[in-house]
Amino acid sequence: METLERIIAEHPFFQGLESYYTGLLVGCGANVRFQPGSYIFKEGEEANEFYLIRSGRVALEIFAPQGKPIVIETLEEGDILGWSWLLPPYLWKFHAHAVQDTRAIALDGKCLRTKCEQNHDLGYEVLKRFAQIMERRLEATRMQLLDVYAVR
Amino acid sequence: MATAVLDDPMLTHPHLVRNVIKETPDTFTLKLEPEDGRHGTSFRPGQFSMVWVFGVGGLPISISGDPAERHQLVYTVRSVGQATNALVTQSVGSALGVRGPFGNGWPLEAARGRDVIVVAGGIGLAPLRPVIYEVLKHREDYGRLVVLYGARSPRDLLYRKELAAWARHHETQVLITVDYGGMSWRGHVGVVTTLFKYARLKPSNSVAMVCGPEIMMRFVTRELEAHGLSRNEIYLSMERNMKCAIGFCGHCQYGPYFICKDGPVFRYEQMKPLLEKYEL
Amino acid sequence: MVVVAEGARATRERSSSRAVSKELPAVLTASQLGILIEALVRRGYAVVAPTVRDGAIVYDQVESVHDLPAGWTDEQAPGQYRLKRRDDEALFGYTVGPQSWKKYLHPAEVRLWAAERQGRTFRILNNEAKAEAPRAFLGVRACELAAIAVQDRVLLEDKYRDPIYGARRWGALLIAVQCTQSAATCFCASMGTGPAISNGADLVLTELLGPQGHRFLIRPGSERGAELLDEIQTTPATEADVNQSEAGVKEAARQQTRAIDTNGIKELLYQNFEHPRWDHVAARCLTCANCTMVCPTCFCTTVEDVSDVTGDHAERWRRWDSCFTQTFSYIHGGSVRTSGKARYRQWMTHKLASWIDQFGTSGCVGCGRCITWCPVGIDITEEVRALREGENHGNP
Repeated sequence: METLERIIAEHPFFQGLESYYTGLLVGCGANVRFQPGSYIFKEGEEANEFYLIRSGRVALEIFAPQGKPIVIETLEEGDILGWSWLLPPYLWKFHAHAVQDTRAIALDGKCLRTKCEQNHDLGYEVLKRFAQIMERRLEATRMQLLDVYAVR
Repeated sequence: MATAVLDDPMLTHPHLVRNVIKETPDTFTLKLEPEDGRHGTSFRPGQFSMVWVFGVGGLPISISGDPAERHQLVYTVRSVGQATNALVTQSVGSALGVRGPFGNGWPLEAARGRDVIVVAGGIGLAPLRPVIYEVLKHREDYGRLVVLYGARSPRDLLYRKELAAWARHHETQVLITVDYGGMSWRGHVGVVTTLFKYARLKPSNSVAMVCGPEIMMRFVTRELEAHGLSRNEIYLSMERNMKCAIGFCGHCQYGPYFICKDGPVFRYEQMKPLLEKYEL
Repeated sequence: MVVVAEGARATRERSSSRAVSKELPAVLTASQLGILIEALVRRGYAVVAPTVRDGAIVYDQVESVHDLPAGWTDEQAPGQYRLKRRDDEALFGYTVGPQSWKKYLHPAEVRLWAAERQGRTFRILNNEAKAEAPRAFLGVRACELAAIAVQDRVLLEDKYRDPIYGARRWGALLIAVQCTQSAATCFCASMGTGPAISNGADLVLTELLGPQGHRFLIRPGSERGAELLDEIQTTPATEADVNQSEAGVKEAARQQTRAIDTNGIKELLYQNFEHPRWDHVAARCLTCANCTMVCPTCFCTTVEDVSDVTGDHAERWRRWDSCFTQTFSYIHGGSVRTSGKARYRQWMTHKLASWIDQFGTSGCVGCGRCITWCPVGIDITEEVRALREGENHGNP
């Protein structure tokens, strides 16, 4: 059986982090499971965790005025879900909807955030990693916006 | 006055429409058979025909059928203007003129014994479908087959039943994504590059074949390189204005290449310096 | 296939004639030239030669030597062309006008085929061509021979063969004339295409004017040319005649004031896609396409479908086209080259650089027509120099 520690340490996102900090994360980590159709978090809620998805599919949704959700992106195995816990106002910007039976490791973002404030070296390492994730998402989102398949 | 001799490459040959299939609200597949049976329909995956509508005009259309089915020519056409609209509104029994096939094909020989990655965007799946047919028909000659396909929205997906059937083949992966999911789509949402991390293949022994809008091909090739494929193992199918398809009208030139006769399939190594140039 | 070759001086293959250079030249008088023309007409050739019309030297069918532009010369400059009277009666005392032999070999308008509806299908009509008289081109300059060879390579010697060009080309007899003077816009010497003529023609003439009268040095360039020469009376050339001819050709070369330095020209153009000079030329270029129409090597065409009022009869026509037009590069979504800058850059890069990769030689033969017939006087030799020097000249 895979231990939490091994999964976290081997995940590309955590590569290069000193074992002290991985240990810290493991200490605040837990296996979680979401039933298909359930919401992991909702827009506007306090953001205190982030998730390392192990299996399943999570749809990031935004609600249109008509009340029906628009899926803007889906995340699957290996993806990191959520970074709103890292930056003020620490509130979720989208709904995270488990569209399949989803297993993940929940990590205590609030705890990690506090540690980052105290230890700026750790803070820099964490921000660097999240900056990379954000940059890739931004790039992908911009390409989605381009609507390359549209007839002009 | 000019003479049109039988083997004149500018002479068109009547083909009858046998079947019209509506794939999406604006895209139709036409199946044609030569009227006199005299002109063969053999082609290599990646080649195209110049398809002519009586009195309207002709345009280049990729052949998207199975090369082994030699009695017919299959074209998947998206209606984006007057000429393509004239094509998709043809009915069974009417005749179209066909010239060709023209162009080089996808590098199936180079792909033997290796993993094959097919990356298609929108209508770009049409010229790649013959590759998938070939690889699945000669499964032992190739390694893993990975098909990554992105479309605008779920209702713009082509060949849905076939996509599901292909996924069931041995050592074959078919991953689909859309830019806009809509309400009932439970599948992946995001640009096609987001599928790469799920592709199971050996980059050091793979050949990638990419077709779609040029912007899409630019970011896909970047992603393929980031995953370890070399520029000589990534192939693109390019598109430009064509009037003759035989290297004489000059319209399809792209840098030093005539897309009709030097292409339409090119190695990324050849295309990279050109793709970066605006208004080339 | 894309072929890489260096420079404009790569050997051009002439497929229509064999060099018969060992034969001694002969001399024709002006009236004997007239007999040559008549001999050609008797053999069934339509003789096409320079004539004067509308203030320019244009190619047209001639019946006798009297139809040639005796005593005319031209003065050319960027955006300027004038005919002036000479003080002698030279028949070829000018250079090249707005037309080139592509007018006949690669015609501006030609019907590819016709079709008619038959029920739900259609039938291509039997398009037997009327047998056309073969043509004899009289007065082909060195640059023009080079241009014909360039078009031979494009239209006959690549992956496909153009049957229209082929039929007109193989029947054509080429009677060349060596230039003994150059216009201000000529630069064939720097392109390695002239003014001397080595091979490619069936007969080569050099006009000699002097105390011995109005004569032509003539030598055969092929077996066909040699046979023709046997039919007319000539006198053997003297050494003085040969010297005068060579001096004339040298003088033509000496008179050239323009040149393109073709060393590394392919790289120069490929590597300067973003050079500020392109904006400079774009500010002047009207994208009028004159240059492509007068250029003897430009070959781009388009196809047009026409049908009659009933819609039952359709024809496919091929017409000259130009990369300068707005829709030349149109694909769904719009044209790729929308700006005039992109279109000028495409034309010049293709002509001087890409052509080398595509066909093994330069596409430019140094005839200077594009300079003369550009309404705003854009000078391709000047543009190359500006790219090399990295300059951005003020308005000329």
